[in-house]
Amino acid sequence: MSRRQLGAAALVLIALALVPVLASTYQTQLLTYGLTLAIAALGFNLLLGYTGLLSFGHSAYFGAGAYAVALMMRYSGIASMELFILGGVLASAALAALFGIVCVRHTRIFFAILTLALSQVLWTLAYKFFWITGGTDGLRVPFAKLTLLGGLVSADAFDKFVNAYYYYVLAVFCVCVALMWLIVHSPFGKTLQAIRDNETRARFLGVRIWRYRWLAFLVSGIFTGLAGILWVPLNGLTTPDVLYWPQSGKIVFFAVLGGFRNFTGPIVGAVIFNYLEVYAIAATEYWQLALGVVLIVLVTFLPAGIVGTAQRLAARSR
Amino acid sequence: MTLLRTEALKKHFGQTRAVDGVDFIVNQGEFLSLVGTNGAGKTTLVNLISAFLAPDSGRVFIGDRDITTASVHERIRAGIARSFQLVNLFDDLTVLDNVALAIFARERKTQRILAVAERDTAVTREASELLAAFGLAAKAAAPARGLAQGERKLLDVAVAYALRPKLLFLDEPTSGVSTRDKAQIMDTVSAVVRGGGITAVVIEHDMDVVFKYSDRVVVMHEGRFLADGPPEAIRRNSEVAKHLLGTDV
Amino acid sequence: MEIVALQVLNSLFYAAVLFLIAAGLSLIFGVMGIVNMAHGSFYALGAYITAWAVAAAAPAIPAAALFVLLFVGALGVAAIGLAIEPTLIRPFYRRPEEYQLLVTFGLLLVLEDLIRLVWGGTPRTASTLVDSLGLIQIGGLPYPVYNLVMIGVGVAAAAALWAFIYRTKFGVLLRATAQDRRMAAALGINVERIYILAFGLGCFMAGLAGAIVVPTQAAVLGMGVEVLVIAFVVVVIGGLGSLEGALVGALVVSALRTITIQFWEEFELAALYLIAAIVLLIRPTGLFGRKG
Repeated sequence: MSRRQLGAAALVLIALALVPVLASTYQTQLLTYGLTLAIAALGFNLLLGYTGLLSFGHSAYFGAGAYAVALMMRYSGIASMELFILGGVLASAALAALFGIVCVRHTRIFFAILTLALSQVLWTLAYKFFWITGGTDGLRVPFAKLTLLGGLVSADAFDKFVNAYYYYVLAVFCVCVALMWLIVHSPFGKTLQAIRDNETRARFLGVRIWRYRWLAFLVSGIFTGLAGILWVPLNGLTTPDVLYWPQSGKIVFFAVLGGFRNFTGPIVGAVIFNYLEVYAIAATEYWQLALGVVLIVLVTFLPAGIVGTAQRLAARSR
Repeated sequence: MTLLRTEALKKHFGQTRAVDGVDFIVNQGEFLSLVGTNGAGKTTLVNLISAFLAPDSGRVFIGDRDITTASVHERIRAGIARSFQLVNLFDDLTVLDNVALAIFARERKTQRILAVAERDTAVTREASELLAAFGLAAKAAAPARGLAQGERKLLDVAVAYALRPKLLFLDEPTSGVSTRDKAQIMDTVSAVVRGGGITAVVIEHDMDVVFKYSDRVVVMHEGRFLADGPPEAIRRNSEVAKHLLGTDV
Repeated sequence: MEIVALQVLNSLFYAAVLFLIAAGLSLIFGVMGIVNMAHGSFYALGAYITAWAVAAAAPAIPAAALFVLLFVGALGVAAIGLAIEPTLIRPFYRRPEEYQLLVTFGLLLVLEDLIRLVWGGTPRTASTLVDSLGLIQIGGLPYPVYNLVMIGVGVAAAAALWAFIYRTKFGVLLRATAQDRRMAAALGINVERIYILAFGLGCFMAGLAGAIVVPTQAAVLGMGVEVLVIAFVVVVIGGLGSLEGALVGALVVSALRTITIQFWEEFELAALYLIAAIVLLIRPTGLFGRKG
């Protein structure tokens, strides 16, 4: 990482840390959603941007994290965020490991179809086993004990919870960004990019392709699962919607919006998407239509996404 | 000393006898050229030896070890590396990363997930030295996509070479480049490969190149070996002249 | 025993619908190399257009004439497809597959919401068509004649498609283009025209499937995506790009679905995907798939 990049990252971090001080509770809450989704986007993009695999089923891991938390709270009364993270990560890792075995044997279209299909299976199961999952009513997770930030913060002290939770999510987000940065710059990450660029040649360097794709799938699922875990206490509720295909579509959208051939693209994409969604829903009933138009325009005219295009413009003006 | 040996290796595609019962021997330390007209079976032979294709019948040995059923991965561990006729690079990685990746693969470091690749100074240094030897040092930080054809060819060889194989197969390392670039590529490749003590088998069409650089020449025709000997003997061989020099060159 | 007979008929009806959708999906993929994520939405469009046309025309014209409206639904969808291919899809043939999937995914989002915009959230039906043909007694149990007729339509459509692709000159051009686009272009085939017609034909079949279904069950929001996912299972089992595969896949999937709904309703979709996953593990290109 160059000194300039480090400086920019530090500035962004300072700005993020000041948000609860300067902005309203509502805005803080909105950004918390944005950061949570950004973690999912980071995970997703390890597959799309770095391994060249387009998953239309990342709702499965997001939902696995979310439901793991909700089920822990409902059936064993656990409320500790750290235990949520532990349990949720284990659940999403187990699911990604299992689905990964099936999916990584295929690439391109078949990979996309398989990931979509498997996530839809999970969705129908959550939907139909309502006596466990609450069906369409979902499961409530009204609060979480943030051990690291002290005490039980319940819905009564809503503002306090929002701010505390914001910093909690910000901390996890920073760890995730640092981890993912390390992963994509590691020999492992370079190997994934090599497989993406040229599978045959990578094989003739002695790289066992499936193993690497599977590992990437696993890591990707865990990050997305973590996003689901952090999202539940914020949302207060998880329903089968988080397992349904539009959720996967959103995650795809984050990456395309920001630019998936780019480390920061999906992060920026997720945060911007979150604002777009909130304000578009407020403005129109037909925001999915608007979203579809934006997606078509993006892939047709701005395939590098917001960040990629901005970088290109900046490079040209220099 | 025999490094690689095939026994009655055979591969047919429908009616085409691409490789038709070939007994091939490569000796330790030689720089061997495999020549023949298009469709003579040269690339298929290399594909069979490198496990890119499975043979219909026959056996492949490296030293005394039977590797007929070994996977690509196992053959690379056994010391067989190859380049491809159509250049096969990691286009979006930098030139340095292309070579570094081969070194990571060789050293079994590709599963390191929480260490920055560039911080591995031993690998970075070796990759830089290798690029210098191949005359690509100036392009180290550029993406492989942007290289000129001759440079791509060299990088392709460099990536295979970085695996430090016992036996290196180069499939037409000079195809598609100008005559002047050809000489430069072959000078570089033969110097590095011989300097590294690596045995090489080169598929080549240009007979001037073949006669100038090879220790031994094997001529293929319709899936079989037509001639096998030192360059001078091949040059005087009338069978070869009829099938090869008369038609192809 | 009679119940079994009815279930078999239900299964065949569903298979006819699935075949139309999956064959269109497969045709578009086979010829153009594009997996159309919005294909299910074309099916939904067919259903909505038909329901709308039937509702509008029902008071004015005799019930028998309403059957023509099934083709109005299908042709309407085909027209939309003919407009979409050159404008939205064509710029993507030379671009990486991710982008092709993404643009059709964008199209799916747009179409799903357009349907909501135009027809709203209330389910739409066209049951007049089923009523007009009445019921037939099968082993003492009543069964709608409409379903029987539509099974026949499905068989006829399959035969017509087969004849079109394997017996006409256009079919030869279509198959040549599917084999090798560049070779076809070099031989003087107008590839652009082939593509637009293949896309239109695929959309027509999806629209026809929607038109056939809507008299028996209401058109609802989300039906497009639901069927897309099942159509994927069909083509995965049969092999993407293969018509025989679409037929066999549709029969397998509808039979399986009928059985699981009967005995093990919770696992309906799960069972389908399980089968698809197993087929993919054993035969990655599907039962009738070509390599590549």
